[in-house]
Amino acid sequence: MAKVTLTVNGRTVSGECDDRMLLVHFIREKLGLTGTHVGCDTTQCGTCVIHMNGRSVKSCSLLAVQASGAEITTIEGIAAQGELHPVQAAFKEHHGLQCGFCTPGMVMTAVDMIGRHGGQLDEATVRHELEGNICRCTGYQNIVAAVLAANQQMHGATRQAAE
Amino acid sequence: MGVEGIGARVTRKEDKRFLTGKGRYTDDMTVPGMKYACFVRSPYAHARITGIDPSAAREMSGVIDVLDGKQLQADGIGNLICGWMIHSKDGSPMKMGAWRPLAVDTVRYVGDAVAIVVADSYLEARDAAEAVAVDYDELPAVTEAIAAMADGAPQLHPEAPGNLIFDWELGDGAAADQAIASAAHVIEIEIHNNRLSPNPMEPRATLGIYDAAEDHYTCYTTSQNPHVARLVMSAFYNVAPENKLRVIAPDVGGGFGSKIYIYPEEIVCLWASKKTGVPVKWTSDRTEAFLTDAHGRDHVSTAKMAFDSEQRITALKVETVANLGAYMSLFSSAVPTYLYATLLSGQYAIPAIHANVRTVYTNTVPVDAYRGAGRPEATYLLERTIETAARELGVSPAELRRKNFIRSFPYQTPVIMNYDAGDYEASLTAAMEAADWAGFSARRADAESRGKKRGIGMSCYIEACGIAPSAAVGSLGAGVGLWESAEVRVNAVGTIEVLTGSHSHGQGHETTFAQLVAERLGVSIDSVNIVHGDTDKVQMGMGTYGSRSGAVGMSAVVKALDKVEAKAKKIAAHMMEADESDIVVENGELKVAGTDKTVPWFQVALAAYTAHNLPGGMEPGLKETAFYDPANFTFPAGCYIAEVEVDPETGKTDIVQFVAADDFGNIINPLIVEGQVHGGLAQGIGQALLEEVRYDPESGQLLTASYMDYAMPRADDLPSFKLSHQNTACPSNPLGIKGCGEAGAIGSPPALMNAITDAIGNNSLTMPATPMKVWQALQSAH
Repeated sequence: MAKVTLTVNGRTVSGECDDRMLLVHFIREKLGLTGTHVGCDTTQCGTCVIHMNGRSVKSCSLLAVQASGAEITTIEGIAAQGELHPVQAAFKEHHGLQCGFCTPGMVMTAVDMIGRHGGQLDEATVRHELEGNICRCTGYQNIVAAVLAANQQMHGATRQAAE
Repeated sequence: MGVEGIGARVTRKEDKRFLTGKGRYTDDMTVPGMKYACFVRSPYAHARITGIDPSAAREMSGVIDVLDGKQLQADGIGNLICGWMIHSKDGSPMKMGAWRPLAVDTVRYVGDAVAIVVADSYLEARDAAEAVAVDYDELPAVTEAIAAMADGAPQLHPEAPGNLIFDWELGDGAAADQAIASAAHVIEIEIHNNRLSPNPMEPRATLGIYDAAEDHYTCYTTSQNPHVARLVMSAFYNVAPENKLRVIAPDVGGGFGSKIYIYPEEIVCLWASKKTGVPVKWTSDRTEAFLTDAHGRDHVSTAKMAFDSEQRITALKVETVANLGAYMSLFSSAVPTYLYATLLSGQYAIPAIHANVRTVYTNTVPVDAYRGAGRPEATYLLERTIETAARELGVSPAELRRKNFIRSFPYQTPVIMNYDAGDYEASLTAAMEAADWAGFSARRADAESRGKKRGIGMSCYIEACGIAPSAAVGSLGAGVGLWESAEVRVNAVGTIEVLTGSHSHGQGHETTFAQLVAERLGVSIDSVNIVHGDTDKVQMGMGTYGSRSGAVGMSAVVKALDKVEAKAKKIAAHMMEADESDIVVENGELKVAGTDKTVPWFQVALAAYTAHNLPGGMEPGLKETAFYDPANFTFPAGCYIAEVEVDPETGKTDIVQFVAADDFGNIINPLIVEGQVHGGLAQGIGQALLEEVRYDPESGQLLTASYMDYAMPRADDLPSFKLSHQNTACPSNPLGIKGCGEAGAIGSPPALMNAITDAIGNNSLTMPATPMKVWQALQSAH
């Protein structure tokens, strides 16, 4: 057994776990944050994407102990005081989700993608960047539309603030 | 139409919980004392079990118990069944082999469950499952349907000699033969419909809870139809009487058919909860999902299409062999029969049709309905055949289709279906315009100059949704009725709960069903809650599959709303001292027509519950129930056009445009309908380009058991789709809805394959059109 201490959604938490426990299971079972999902066994589907130290990672591809000391943000941690994050709002506006199972991973990937590209996103780039997230319901079209809309809103807003 | 009523493009009420990680799926459920299950599964495709020794596993850390099939059988738990009886053409009933929830003496596919381990944690359960010693005598296996019918093939079930489950026919074989013999042209083609794995992103899961004090079971499960699950587990599997079994399907992460069926795991976890005295949760991993979720398609067919000298189709004759896997899953027999052969007329007037279908057992996971279920197989066969005919007859594919379109309705096909409404020409014309069909030759020339091979292909599909009426499907062998129920419960303050037997697992019922209420009563969708997925809350229902929730489920809500409205009008008339026939419902008020007298909706509701001043003899309260049994199937139809560029160096296909023109009847919410089409198209394109379940034919091992091996469509495999609608209202239900959930998966594979074969000039290509296969086909086309 190992003791893991980390910061999750701004709060320091710790828990005991099996040495071999994956981070995603630690988040779901030990912390009760069930918005992060498990959809495959091979790091392909992306339903488990979280942010670790500011970067999107697949939480099924890390042991919980490897995340000790890290800053983690999960899907439960990105909406401020009940307001949807612009990416979440764009997914709703553009019907970028159906069953909702891939959605948390999609949103976490999209937030990171928009952050990394500094406003320079087009359809081809978004589709390429979504390689690691599988959705079986939407055919991706509305997800792509949502990411592009959120990108425009977030970077448009930034530019406005700077002007 | 109000801003939130029928036809309004409103965003979904249910989205916030999914977007913020607050969805509640089965694996998210925890209850006090809950333990974890892992199944011991057969590593062989076919073997005799000669012994099971759980002793080492029992000694391992955290293990509570190891249970096997003999114990299950001793406790009287029944075998899994197929719920649709099909008779062979000689009159004999289908040959159903025994499917035990835990195999007792024989395993018949890789993944067949043999025992269950219950332990404190999933990891401990998994470790112990690997330590259960099962002795197997391996038997020869067969995975392909044609091979399974051969002399000397391994035999799966003693009940089914030659592995033949049934040999069934539909239509007039003599008439078809005669038309073929006297035809001006006969087109012959062999068609393979590749085997697919449905792959909802949420793997199956179940939580079985036995309460000894009440002798009562609760089953959380990933189901599209929890009431059917309860009925079947109670009536056939002897788990518990219905009043002692509650089934809850909470948020469910996609289904596509694969979560219709009752699988061994639900039954075994409920039983194991009683045996061990603890709640037992099982969650599939992805490899288990590939190994055990019902697969789809897997047909091999030949088709003969006869034409007269005017290029009118005079007959269609089809021979199909369908692989049903190792056991007959719940609706497996209906898929290659009444959901398939009945659609072989397509959009065309064909005087004579005959289909012969043989279904066989193989050492593979059971095959059952997957998005479209029989209709994609029929459409693929028909649309590849007519495209081939156009090429052989030297006529344009659009012209040949136009010549043969059904143009007046109702139209009785020779294969049971009676089409009620449609306008096939409208969709074809709209699709060709949207795709700029006329400009294709210039685009092809441009592609040629860049060293690419460009092709264009169309498909004109029809499907049948909302399977019904119950008496008709009963006469064809269905074990259940296919109606739906609804209850509209108006609270004393006027807010409304709609209880429905439909189940939403992505379709957005919480929004669309509320839109219907908003339309009828003029209330906001925020004041309407949709309750579904719990047998303790909703009395009875048939669930969601076959694009039936709008056409059938919402029609039941209409019937209940009719009753609610009638009673509310009586109360309002009494309150305003007016005649009941003068009351109209508008914008959340009940009004006396032609006057300024009104009473708000909530006051009528309150009056119903205070019951201080009701019309004489009226019961208090405002709550009504309805069951709706449709008069007919519905018939969505449309035209899809795919345009592709193939790189002759690599064989890779790029979809450069994809156009979908559909007739779905009346639409409740265009935003949601478009999403359904996008998703269906992605699955159909996945079938055509990427996806195929492959078994090793010798060992019966599944070769495509992970996302590393089974190619799921990803965002950069797909284009953005151009959609349009040419709707004709459906006359068979009160809302005029036809259904939209499966069309994309039905119509897209032939459009794409017609485009690719057009590009490469080789018509023998089979799905999936992987770069390797396309490249090889290009070499042989030269």
